[in-house]
Amino acid sequence: MIGWLRDHPDVFLEALGQHLALSAAGLLAGVALALPAALLLARRPVLAGWVSGGAGVLRTLPSLAVLAALLPLLGVGFTPSVVALALLALPPVLLHALVGLQGAEPAAVEAARGMGFTPLQSLLRVELPLALPQVFAGLRTAAVQVVSGAALATFIGGGGLGDLVTQGMALLDTAQLLAGGSAIALLALGTEAGFGWLQRRWERA
Amino acid sequence: MIELRGITKAWPGGAGVQALDLSVPEGECCALIGPSGCGKTTTLRLVNRLVEPDAGSIRITGQDALAQDPVQLRRGIGYVIQEGGLFPHRRVGANVAVVPALLGWDAARTRARVEEVLALVGLDPAQYRDRWPHQLSGGERQRVGVARALAADPPVLLLDEPFGAVDPLRRAQLQQEVLALLKRLRKTVLLVTHDVQEAVLLGDSLALMRAGRLVQHAAPAEMLARPADGFVADFLGADRALTRLGLFRISDVPREAASVPGEALPEATTLRDALSAMLERGVTALPVAEGGSLTLEAVLASR
Repeated sequence: MIGWLRDHPDVFLEALGQHLALSAAGLLAGVALALPAALLLARRPVLAGWVSGGAGVLRTLPSLAVLAALLPLLGVGFTPSVVALALLALPPVLLHALVGLQGAEPAAVEAARGMGFTPLQSLLRVELPLALPQVFAGLRTAAVQVVSGAALATFIGGGGLGDLVTQGMALLDTAQLLAGGSAIALLALGTEAGFGWLQRRWERA
Repeated sequence: MIELRGITKAWPGGAGVQALDLSVPEGECCALIGPSGCGKTTTLRLVNRLVEPDAGSIRITGQDALAQDPVQLRRGIGYVIQEGGLFPHRRVGANVAVVPALLGWDAARTRARVEEVLALVGLDPAQYRDRWPHQLSGGERQRVGVARALAADPPVLLLDEPFGAVDPLRRAQLQQEVLALLKRLRKTVLLVTHDVQEAVLLGDSLALMRAGRLVQHAAPAEMLARPADGFVADFLGADRALTRLGLFRISDVPREAASVPGEALPEATTLRDALSAMLERGVTALPVAEGGSLTLEAVLASR
């Protein structure tokens, strides 16, 4: 495996770069959808219930099934992979943010309203800041899922470290297979640890 | 001045507020009391329109509250809730500055006012301004809550169980300080409490509610002496005559010129405490530090 890496650094680095680009784009797109959605739903408990249910279903669908379902709709390549990863990131961020917004300290929210905050001011200046720890927890879960999920992008031509695994399997090249597989695992563990460290640091601040 | 006329609010569950008339004159404090679910908190929240009435009119300092934008209306009314309702993600100074910020005050004016109101509620601005709410005791949080309500100098304040979360030892002192402060600032106050002693101490008038209706609205001494019915009498408690004696001081009643032996009481002592001293010493007359003596007959005559 080390030998394979020494012989093909460019192949490995390109796959790693693709993997990181896919993950970052997917995560950003997912958050960009989930956060505004959570803010819009925060004051609509009935609708929020339905959407939470939907997000829960989306969460239980296997990532591979989502990729396969998107194939006929969006075709193959980088963009469909990002869409699929965004769908993967959406439920944890949305659900955590909703829980955080709806659980924001009731006395503070009541005081905000009673002192003359508009509903939007209360949402952005009181409820969202109070929900941030939850939002961050959702972000951490989503990031780990996206980094792991990006390994599957290879099946719809999205590239990434998954390419090393599929090629390794096709060519019966165990070294390449292991290089790809270990890199994916390490990246997922690193993401988990990195976001965990950020979260603790930020909570202490 | 707060004026409620024919205010009605029905809740799906039942007990709301029915055809309520209540006015609080300028500079006075009205304490709303009554059992849980009697509609006292709903009444308070009707004033700043956190609850919208089904019928009736609300006037605050002469203006029709129902014709105003509710958000603007609330910025002109101080609001204090149990435990203060401070924003945990903002420092004390920023919490107090909330309404001035909503009103668009400039930084210098806001800063000066924050220092002023923190000092008013007995908190040293230099020491407290940059603290977080979680670093404060219950009593300190409540003081910050009062400072926040006073920041934009509203003529009317609404207090919802403001001392409920303060430990009993500190509560009495905080009540006295807030009472003195509100009197000095001549605020018109509506206070909700379930504590009769607190209502009697802080209220210029008591408004007792039951099942959404106002049962009796009178000065504390009047209501304690002449409860409108058995419900009022029960609510005020079997010790209501003693509670009432707490409203008067030795200086309020005539006393005998001749002194009697024993440890003298200052004339600022309440009749309740004086009676307690008589019971404790087994006497019917007590020497008064400022001269003369207080007799049991004089205490009884204060009814």
